[in-house]
Amino acid sequence: MLLLVAGTMTVLIVRNLFVATMLLGIVSFTMALIFVSLDAVDVAFTEAAVGAGISTVLYIGTLAMVGAQEKEKKTIAIGPLIICLAVGATLFYATYEMPAYGRATNPVQTHVAPRYIQDSPTEIGVPNMVTSVLASYRGYDTFGETTVIFTAGIGVMLILRQRRRRKQEEDEEEEEELRSSTSGSLTGLGSDHDLVPHVVAKLLIPFILVFALYVQFHGDYGPGGGFQAGVIFAAGFILYALVFGIDFARAVLDGKLVLFLMAAGVLLYGGVGIASMILGGAFLDYNLLADDAVHGQHLGILLIELGVGITVTAAMLSIFYAFVGRADIDIEQGD
Amino acid sequence: MIDLLLDVGTWILLIFGGVLLLITGFGLLRLPDLYSRIHAGGMADTLATFLIFTGLALQSGFTLVTVKLVLVIVFVFFTSPTSSYALAHASFVAGLKPDLKSYRDRDEEDE
Repeated sequence: MLLLVAGTMTVLIVRNLFVATMLLGIVSFTMALIFVSLDAVDVAFTEAAVGAGISTVLYIGTLAMVGAQEKEKKTIAIGPLIICLAVGATLFYATYEMPAYGRATNPVQTHVAPRYIQDSPTEIGVPNMVTSVLASYRGYDTFGETTVIFTAGIGVMLILRQRRRRKQEEDEEEEEELRSSTSGSLTGLGSDHDLVPHVVAKLLIPFILVFALYVQFHGDYGPGGGFQAGVIFAAGFILYALVFGIDFARAVLDGKLVLFLMAAGVLLYGGVGIASMILGGAFLDYNLLADDAVHGQHLGILLIELGVGITVTAAMLSIFYAFVGRADIDIEQGD
Repeated sequence: MIDLLLDVGTWILLIFGGVLLLITGFGLLRLPDLYSRIHAGGMADTLATFLIFTGLALQSGFTLVTVKLVLVIVFVFFTSPTSSYALAHASFVAGLKPDLKSYRDRDEEDE
């Protein structure tokens, strides 16, 4: 915990943003360790994959465009500071009214948790109870999370893709140049000196993608599920783009396909809900999806985890493409 | 008897791995140049991971956990040196030259 607080304080103090990015990675890893010590392995997995993996890559991609030094701020804004302190103090005071952490007589321990623990094996039949809570008992919340990721991807594309249309005309002329030389968009991205990363990446990327599929479908039995699998899948593609150049990555999964996948994941999730409504039940009621209620639950959980995984992969990839494509334009315009 | 051997083996491997990591951290702090620090971080880190994970695998016996640990060891064997190489290459391309002055003095003294 001390390491966590120290790391976070240091992120606020340092001026060089690369150092801040590395510290954020360390903070994420420490948080993941704390989660593991609290026996929350799924959350730790997601935190390590997203916070220490993908976030660091995306931050560094941004810094390559923006520059590494934080601007000096001499004045302290009094108004927002007072509002932040007031709201923080109110929240802190409110925690005193909550029951003590981890006490056995808390309402969450006596009503909610035992019902999930007792009924999940018979109603849903999936060994990993976190997945059964996430995907079935709290399926609406997970739908909201997937839509949030989708919105984040859309938001990034809205902000960063505006230059795409102007670049279209230059694009066709330069496409031949870009494909003949093996230099990529960012300086050093995919240069052809790097034999060692090329070979090792070629060896490892298939295994990374297979591991992502394993995490996706093993989420019912062990830690895993759609979010972690999506992040690992996107990390495999981002590694490919970093080592070989973004044009090759675009040849495999170009911008339009990534957009389509982003929407397709959310559509799959919502489609499962609509299908269960058509079959006569409530939204996202999996019991009706197959002849047997438990099989219906399994099928429903499988489909929505797939939807989550597809959306997370596509969102991460589209954010990466948007950042790196933008850097491409800046460098060509003589930045 | 076998349990005792496994425990002793695990203890030795874990202690060696921990000592190696301490040496790595010490080297990262005290070595003068980026390239020597990459050397410290990349090499000793990989060996320390191998030792610690082998110690953990000895504890788990012939189960699925051991297979997963071995897979992680293979993965780290591939990626940790590659990332050190990529870091060193990127620094070289970006223009950071290694600090050779301290070594050159010694060669001139011998002559």
